[in-house]
Order: sequence, then C-alpha cells, then structure tokens
Amino acid sequence: MDLLAVLGLGQTALELGLICSLTTLALFLSYSMLNVCDLSTDGCFTLGAAVGAVVAISGHPLLSIPAAMLAGMCSGFVTAFLQTRMGVDSLLAGIIVNTGLYSINIAIMGGSSLLNMNKTTTVFTMAKSALANTPLAGQYDLLTVIAAVALMLVILVLFLKTKLGLSIQATGDNPDMVRSSSVSPIFTTTVGLCLSNSLTGLSGCLLAQSQKSVNIDIGSGMLTIALASLLIGRTLMGRGGIPIRAVGMLVGSFIFRLVYTIALRFNMPGFMLKLVSSIIVVLAIFLPYLKSRSPEIARQLSVRFPRLFPAKGRETAGKEG
Amino acid sequence: MLKIEHLSKTFNPGTVNEKTAIHDLNLHLLPGDFVTIIGSNGAGKSTLFNAIAGDFMADTGSITLDGRDITFVPSHKRSKNIGRLFQDPMRGSAPHMTIEENLSMASGRGGWLSHITRADRAVFRERLALLGMGLEDRMRQPVGLLSGGQRQALTLLMATFCPPKLLMLDEHTAALDPATAEKVLEITKNTVEQYHITTLMVTHNMHQALELGNRTLMMDGGNIVLDVSGETRAKMTVSDLLAQFRLGSGKDLDNDRILLS
Repeated sequence: MDLLAVLGLGQTALELGLICSLTTLALFLSYSMLNVCDLSTDGCFTLGAAVGAVVAISGHPLLSIPAAMLAGMCSGFVTAFLQTRMGVDSLLAGIIVNTGLYSINIAIMGGSSLLNMNKTTTVFTMAKSALANTPLAGQYDLLTVIAAVALMLVILVLFLKTKLGLSIQATGDNPDMVRSSSVSPIFTTTVGLCLSNSLTGLSGCLLAQSQKSVNIDIGSGMLTIALASLLIGRTLMGRGGIPIRAVGMLVGSFIFRLVYTIALRFNMPGFMLKLVSSIIVVLAIFLPYLKSRSPEIARQLSVRFPRLFPAKGRETAGKEG
Repeated sequence: MLKIEHLSKTFNPGTVNEKTAIHDLNLHLLPGDFVTIIGSNGAGKSTLFNAIAGDFMADTGSITLDGRDITFVPSHKRSKNIGRLFQDPMRGSAPHMTIEENLSMASGRGGWLSHITRADRAVFRERLALLGMGLEDRMRQPVGLLSGGQRQALTLLMATFCPPKLLMLDEHTAALDPATAEKVLEITKNTVEQYHITTLMVTHNMHQALELGNRTLMMDGGNIVLDVSGETRAKMTVSDLLAQFRLGSGKDLDNDRILLS
C-alpha cells in the first residue's frame, strides 16, 4: 500500500467517522449522561436522513439541516413522553418509536424506500462551489463535516456545564437528588432525549447528503455502531472532564471507522460491518466484566486444576499453616 | 408551620399484602420546633416522611406547610421548601458529579442556561468550610470519592443551602461510625439553630430522642401514641419513655436497632 492509498483510507474513515460521531455524541448524552438506552436511534437516524433529503430535493439545502434536527427532536420527544408520562418501559418506548418511524420514514420519502440526490444541491455541493477556487477545494466534504461536528461538540460541552446540563447528568446519576433539587426528572429526561435525537437526526441528514442518496435502511445498525464507538472512546478517554470525554466520542468513532476501512481493504466483505460492530460492543462490555470476576475465576481454576493453575495467596497459605 | 390532618395511607389495598402504614394521623408543628421521633419497626415513621415529601399521594387527609395546602403538589416542587436526609449517605448526592456541581444543583442559583460563576464558587467554598471537613479544597472532585460521613455532611449542606421551611432527618447518622455520627449531628444542630428550621428527626437512640430538640413523638401502628414536650419531657428518662410507650401501645417497644443508653 502506498502512502496515498493510506491517506485516502484515513480520509474516508475520518469523514464517515465524523458524520457518525454525531450519533455517538447523541448516545453520549442519552446513554452515558441520562442513563437511558435509546433504541429509537436507528429509526431516528433514517428520519433525519429522509427529512433532510426531502427538504434538500425541494430546493432548500440549508434548511435541510434544521429540519432534520427538528424531526429528530420530535421523535425524541415522543420516546420521552412514552416513558415518562405513559408508563412505557424505557427500552420498549425506543423499540415502539423505532418501529413506528419505519412507516413514517417511507411516508416522508413519498412512499418509496429510496431517494436519489445525484442532481440535488446539498450542503456539500454548496461547500464545493463556495470553495471552488481556493486551495481547499478538494476537501470540501471533509471541511463541511468538520465544521458541523466541531460546532455541535462545542455547543454540547458548553450545554452540559449549564444548570440544565448538570440536571440532565444528575438524572442519570441519582434521580432522587434531582427531585430534591426541585427539578423534575421527567423534564430533564424529555429535554435530554430531544437534544440527543436532534443530533442523531443531523447525523443521518449529513450521511445522506454526503452519499447523495437515502435508503430506508440507512440507519439500521447505527445504534450498535455508535455504541461500539462510544465504548471505544470511553475506554481510551473515559477519565477526565466532560470536554475530554466528548472528544473521546469523536476519537472512538474515527477509530471504529478506521479499523473497519482497513478490514475492507484486506478484502473483508462490506456486509460484515454490523457483525463487527456487534462483536466490538460485546467485547467492550464483557472484558471489564471478566476483569472484575477474575479473582473468583482464578480461585476456582486453582482448586479444580491445581497443577495447571498453581494457587497464589490464601489457598497455599492455608495448607502450609 | 406543618399541619397534618387525618392522614391515612394503605399499601396494596384489597390484597393479602394489605398494610395500613398510616392511620388517621394528626400532627401540628410550630415554627422552629425540633421534633424527635421514635418507634418500633414498621411504625410508619418513614412512611410519614415519604407522605410529607410527596413520594406518594395519601389516601385521605391533608398536609399544609406554612399555610399552603401541599397535599397534591408533586414531590419535586415540595422539595423547594422541604429538605430531607436519609439513612443512606449515598442517596442525597450524585456520585459522578463534582462537589461544586452538586452544590450548584442544590443552590438553585441562576437560570437554566447559567454556568457556575466565580461568585457561586466563593459562596460554596465559604459554606463548605463551615462543615470543617476540608471539602472546600476538593470542590472539583467527584462526590463518589468522599466518605460516608463527608457525603452526609454535604447532603445536609445541600438540603439546607437555601434554608427550607421543614427539614426531615430519617436516622441520618445511623450508618456512620460513632465519631463521624457525632460530628454530623453537631453540624445538624448548628444549622438548624442558625436558620431556625422546623425539623423532624427519626432516631433509634432513645437518649438522643430526649436530649435533642424540644418535643418527642412515639409512633406505633401508623399513628402517634405519645407526644411529649416542655416540662414533662425535661423530667423524662429513657425508662419513663419506654413505660409510656407500653401504656400508649399496649406492648414493648420492638426495634432491632434501638439504643437504650
């Protein structure tokens, strides 16, 4: 592999990773902060993509961004309403919304499951024409994505330091404490899910416009992919303040895409993406669990197979005494 | 200050697990009252606190705080006027957030989109220093790193940061070692005195029940069976109290953690 190919791989991974990192940031808000596993993520991602595409095709590329975010926000509101006001279990609320969104998404896309944007003006083509005669012209898509992600990252980090942001963090940490601070956990859960889903919607919108097409399956598996990225990011940069952890989400998304892109390069078929993301999620959750149980397992092994696993510490000490 | 009239609460009505936790309870507290509450297991002490705090809606009766009927006010709105500490020091603060972030939530300063300002930090520092636990130098550390006693002291500060009209302490020193318990109790006494907060305190220490505050209640079977204050209470000993309990409820005080000395 020559240097250019490597750089090319890096750039693809960076671009896709950054677009999907918005979904990772959304999970950072809902999963890490609010302690809610939002299973409507897949549907909401597609919703953002579909709304963004339809608005862009109708000739309003700039409007497609707020429209996609607003659509995501509405979806988040419904998920939150189901779990806080209608007694639906939080996992179930996400699944229900996800299923319902499938019909809504096809309806938004005018009854078809595929929209083509080859000749549509998107935010990316706008960036391309804006940068046409500058040295940065070749990197228009990457620059657009970097701008969007950087803006959202800064807003999210600043937001989490506000009183409302702190209340959302506290809701995941100790809802009793939120209530005794005269804040309603119902309110914080609703705001948190609205914001997180608006990021997911934005993420879908950008992916669709960069690929120049929307498929009804564009969001399937996004939750697991984003969760894998989140767990990678948390492992690498999970200690420290909110800014470091939030940047860790971007790093995790990039690393996930980089590994995947390299695997593709070594002839791994493209359809393996979702299996890979599932395995990463399982490993990222299982390994810390295994580590916490290791003393117990080591002791059992040393009792059952004393020759293979010589006991350390107490077991031998007991026999000698 | 606090007026409870004909309060009743039955859990799981109509099932084999039916339990009347509170039965037609009446209580009237004057402003500045410091009331200690003792009672056997399942007497309804914690249920009474939960009802006042609004964790559930009572079946019958009304609760009035400082002239305002709060019977149907949701718990997070009541907490503006009611501070509360539990036996478990972990319940009052968010472990993954820093001391100053926890205090910022409790202080109620600023609007939804405000950050913690330098002025806020100065106030937090000053109030933390009064606890005498060195927490003022650890304001940016997560609360999860604190010991049980430090967390309970912090919770007390959070509950009284804006002095509430009513403070409810549910055996808040029972899970602490004796020296720390003493310290937290000292801070409690000072805070309550300084702000003249009307206080309800459940304790299993009979001696403490008579020594602290100005009024002692004994609960049994979901009701108040003994209510002493003033001269009578001043002359009372622990054995008097036990004898009175036997008269009031017709049985011996049965609490597996009770401390008689």
